[in-house]
Amino acid sequence: MWQLLQIELLKIFRKPRTYISFGAIAAMVIIIQIALKFDGQSYIEFITGSLRDTLDVPVANILNGYFVCFVILNLLLIHIPLLIALVAGDSIAGEANMGTLRLIASKPISRTGLMLAKFMATVIYTALLLIWLAFISLLLSILIFGTNDILIARNDALEIIRSNDVLWRYLAAFCFATLALTTVAALAFLLSVFADNSIGPIVSTISIVIVFTILSEMQIPLYDRTIKPFLFTSHMLAWKGFFYSKVDTTGSSIPGTIENIRAIGKSSLILVLYIIGFVSAAVYSFNKKDILS
Amino acid sequence: MNLKYWFSLFICSFVFHAARAQDASTLMKGIRSSLEKINDYEADAKFKTEISFLKVPDAVVKIYYKQPDKIKIRNQNGISLVPKETVSISMYSLVNSHYTVLDGGTDLIQGIPVRIIKLLPADENADLVLATLYIDYKRMIVLKAKTTTRENGTNEVELFYGKFLPIGLPDRIVFSFSTQEFKLPKGVTFDYDDGSAKNNLTEPRKNQRGKIEITYLDYTINKGLSDSLFK
Repeated sequence: MWQLLQIELLKIFRKPRTYISFGAIAAMVIIIQIALKFDGQSYIEFITGSLRDTLDVPVANILNGYFVCFVILNLLLIHIPLLIALVAGDSIAGEANMGTLRLIASKPISRTGLMLAKFMATVIYTALLLIWLAFISLLLSILIFGTNDILIARNDALEIIRSNDVLWRYLAAFCFATLALTTVAALAFLLSVFADNSIGPIVSTISIVIVFTILSEMQIPLYDRTIKPFLFTSHMLAWKGFFYSKVDTTGSSIPGTIENIRAIGKSSLILVLYIIGFVSAAVYSFNKKDILS
Repeated sequence: MNLKYWFSLFICSFVFHAARAQDASTLMKGIRSSLEKINDYEADAKFKTEISFLKVPDAVVKIYYKQPDKIKIRNQNGISLVPKETVSISMYSLVNSHYTVLDGGTDLIQGIPVRIIKLLPADENADLVLATLYIDYKRMIVLKAKTTTRENGTNEVELFYGKFLPIGLPDRIVFSFSTQEFKLPKGVTFDYDDGSAKNNLTEPRKNQRGKIEITYLDYTINKGLSDSLFK
């Protein structure tokens, strides 16, 4: 199994397209950092809105590395699934397209083992992509903007978290994001089984993620009750839950707390079930598949 | 007889009103002279924010004050959102500007009998429309002040005295002020909907009042603070 995993990792990291994702993330993060360095004040003024009429908002202190990293994650974690699909969608279909799938399947290894190795390699790629994102969005932002308390903008509230209470939240958020993006990888992996060309599963995964994200963000009561709780895209945003604190009876937030840990746990469980479902379906379909290419 | 009665009543009420007005002015002079003893101060304080749409942990802040109306609240280790108007109107600047002083009678604040003094600005274009002071006339301290401004409605500040009373400064101050509705598009914030009831209810959040409580830990007075601290 370990040998299979090594081979699959080698296949992923020998392809130039793998590094497109790392390059794209670096480019997007740096573009956002430059924009916020020179015009971050406007962005903070936008999110604080009418609050500035009543309160003195210390814009210079708010524009710090932790805040910039949160803005980056808020913007990018919707787009990164596309980069994950690029590799996960290629894992089986790419081999079918090159004609090597039949060759691999004829080797004395179980198809299930092969599929699990391929999926594990995709998960490792996803984790590395997120470590890279964490490195440049958090560490680079801290180097450029320094640290201070973080201001979290919510739909109907603003939240301030003290700087000494932030890092563990980022660690938890990145771990959760890995789980969320693994769900996308599992979906692309499943779709990859049914195609002989990687374009199909990549585009299909991207389309599904876009449609589901739109449904997740729509404020329509019919969907809120029926569809949204079951969409994996609704639960992919649970990383933000680590930045929502509990409040005491007077409304002050309590450092070191999470507002709704049960909801995050529930979202994690739903994503794990999705991953198990997608991967099981992929393994089952691959085991039943007549490999003709 | 009737005319005499009304004339006497008018004279009496005029004399009484003039005496009370005189009394209110004397009271204001007393307050002014006690406030003048503090040229500046630097204080450590606990800062608590109670605004419905703001979740902020309590903070320890430094507060700098300099006559006549310079106040700066600094959170050395983080971010604190400070109300603009409430702190910009200091007691000293209130009692040292050109106002018409009116006697508003008496009341009880914190269980202490107070005299109510209303201040009407002489400048009719001033942002401040009306200030009401609740003065503990025995100790010559202000226990509560209400200010109505054209821009920000009515703000209130209540002052609680204790161990710092000998220097005429409060131990605790509670500001109460109007806040506006806060709402950002969901497409901007991409909130995580955890399914809790509050996310499904769109509560009207207009015309709310926010509160900020400052508990002073210590004061250093009249050490001569630089103006650059207030920039």
